Amino acid sequence: MKIDFNNIDSAFGAIADVLSVKQKKRGLLIHAFHQIQKEHNYLPEEELSKLSKTLDVPISDVYSAATSYKQFYFKPRGKNVVSICMGTACHVRGAGKLLDTFKEEFGIVEGETTEDMSLTLETVGCVGCCGLAPVVTVNDEVVGEVDFKKFNDLSERIRSAK
Amino acid sequence: MKKLSSMQELDALRKELDGKVFEQGKLRVRACCGTACTASGSKKVLEAMDKSASDSGVDIEVVKTGCQGLCQKGPVMTVEPSGFLYQRVREDDVPNLFNYTFEKGISYRPSLFRNDILSDPIESVEDIPFYQKQVRIALRNNGRIDPRNIEHYITEGGYKALQKALSEMSTDQVLDEVDKANLRGRGGAGFPAGKKWRHTKSAPGDIKFVMANGDEGDPGAFMDRAIMEGDPHSLIEGMLLCAYAIGAQYGIIYVRHEYPLAVENLNIAIGQANELGLLGKNILGTDFSFDLYIREGAGAFVCGESTALVASVEGERGFPRPRPPRLSEPVGGVWGYPTNLNNIESYACVPPIVEKGSDWFRTIGTENSPGTKVFALTGKVNNTGLVEVPMGITIREIIYDIGGGIMNGKKFKAVQTGGPSGGCIPEEFLDMSVDFDSLRKVGSMMGSGGMVVMDEDTCMVDVAKYFLSFTQSESCGKCPPCRIGTYQMLEILERITGGTGTPDDLVKIEKLANEIVNTSLCGLGQGAPIPVLSTLKYFRDELEEHVHDKYCRAGVCSGLGKFVIENEKCILCGLCNKACAFDAVKETRKTFFIDQDYCTSCKACYTVCPVDAVQITKHPRTGAPEGAESKV
Repeated sequence: MKIDFNNIDSAFGAIADVLSVKQKKRGLLIHAFHQIQKEHNYLPEEELSKLSKTLDVPISDVYSAATSYKQFYFKPRGKNVVSICMGTACHVRGAGKLLDTFKEEFGIVEGETTEDMSLTLETVGCVGCCGLAPVVTVNDEVVGEVDFKKFNDLSERIRSAK
Repeated sequence: MKKLSSMQELDALRKELDGKVFEQGKLRVRACCGTACTASGSKKVLEAMDKSASDSGVDIEVVKTGCQGLCQKGPVMTVEPSGFLYQRVREDDVPNLFNYTFEKGISYRPSLFRNDILSDPIESVEDIPFYQKQVRIALRNNGRIDPRNIEHYITEGGYKALQKALSEMSTDQVLDEVDKANLRGRGGAGFPAGKKWRHTKSAPGDIKFVMANGDEGDPGAFMDRAIMEGDPHSLIEGMLLCAYAIGAQYGIIYVRHEYPLAVENLNIAIGQANELGLLGKNILGTDFSFDLYIREGAGAFVCGESTALVASVEGERGFPRPRPPRLSEPVGGVWGYPTNLNNIESYACVPPIVEKGSDWFRTIGTENSPGTKVFALTGKVNNTGLVEVPMGITIREIIYDIGGGIMNGKKFKAVQTGGPSGGCIPEEFLDMSVDFDSLRKVGSMMGSGGMVVMDEDTCMVDVAKYFLSFTQSESCGKCPPCRIGTYQMLEILERITGGTGTPDDLVKIEKLANEIVNTSLCGLGQGAPIPVLSTLKYFRDELEEHVHDKYCRAGVCSGLGKFVIENEKCILCGLCNKACAFDAVKETRKTFFIDQDYCTSCKACYTVCPVDAVQITKHPRTGAPEGAESKV
């Protein structure tokens, strides 16, 4: 749902009746971050300061909220985002090894992006596909039971998608 | 769809749909399209199925359901009217499968379920041990209906409970029913839902909120996702009933951002319910109004804690705060309004309770924990996936009868329940009944229902370290015991698994763990040391082995143990020699051996050996030679 900043009530529906303007503006923050990130792939500084002005929330508060969530990024991310699930089931079935293999293959550690912007490597708590451990998500697509062959396919796909 | 403005119109709609939806005798495929099965390729399989159907001219109905439970064997599908269950269906299988099942009317054996490769395939769902011991209440429609079609839910008896409550029951009666059923919160702590509802109801103020906690952050748990994806209307109906009972007007479902399919399906479901007049103003012509919205999280584990969740909805940092005021009290809830927050699974249990009565609910499960619980059975068992079992079932039944035993015939070591705030349960408690109280008694907890099975190849110290590193990185940093304490504990554990632990570390970590439990602000900090404490309790010998003998019996922790090459097993391939970065693997004319002076126990040779000839053994005890003490 896209936020209409001229009519913020629409984002709250009927709840808008019982909220003050300040509460509504503040309540939109996380929602707005998602929207900005969807558009830009990360949270650019200009967009955040723009948001701070539109919503009348101090920029310090905007950053305070944004930095407390793991899924908001302040640096541009690669064309492919690979998140390796580090959940219990994946851990037991070898997610650590998988992460090491990715690190070795692309020469970056988790949280970093390769220089050619082809890949950002991340880890995630649990994607809830524990039955298919170890799991990796590649740009929202879930790839389960990653073994050596699947890893090779993946790394080839990432390299060719430059 | 036309808006329903009275009970009679809903009855009429139900009558109209009866026989039309899920028509008897029609050829039908119920194919799982949950996240796991989609990852295994169910979309491609369904495309192939459509193609086969149009090629052969056989009219079949494809129902794209939510999670059917058997995640590891995906894509899973059941076929009607024959009742065959197919698993691991590949695109190439489809033409044959289609031909056998729908044209010849016999089962397609290669895709049937087998307990193991040598046993006969099992044709029908009822005969599969994985499903036999399950009782489905919260997951009653999962795997049967299309979550994006409200007509399916209504045909399966959906919104009957709401209708019953609105037409025959007063708000107090609904509340009493839930209270009498003793429905305990499925999110982990097991607080009675009825009590919580009563608190919120009695709070002053006219405006109240009902919230559902779908921030399922526990690694290894995915039952809430399955319900939100596979049967969103049961959650909506549960929330409606709660709102009716406590007099709330607004509802919010807080969903993790990591579950995009759940958000999508919930949005569709809420849209349909609004369209039919099952949400919104004057529901079914009564003066009960309820509006429901979704809010997404952004990847903060601590937001599963109630006060942090509220902060996150309000657009603040996801920080917990001291309670009281509780959420159910006037200033404590979201935007200061009294709020009732329950877990997704708890809400999904409410409609059957209201419809069939609390007495029926109490016949299932145990005295103090009635009903069922959904577990996410994962780890080293043969059948992983979602299982819903009555409370009071033993762990052995879950692992061996439903889960099909340990993978590769290995030995069971422990089962971890309750996620990062729970503990490991050793073999001696395999026959213990599973309910809120008995799990707590052995030092673990029900948690959200993750059940990770571990075999002899899992190192318990490593598992404890894993959970601690999770909670440590997820700690929000507000209170020092959690922020600093978990960090210090993790450092000690890293020392122990890295081979530099001292006996003093064991004393320190135990003291620290107890202090963190007692002094942390919220559930995250209070639960974080539990995995370590339970390892100390049940697997102390393993911890001491790491410290005193510098040896990890599971061979997981690197930097521990003495590496030797067993010459009888060795095939002289020389891989270990190549893998060693420290030139510790030496070659003689007929053998390889490891020079202990050079070896750093990095495990490179151990990992690379194709025939398991590299063995990790205990170091001989250093210090005084054997028998030296007696002479002094």
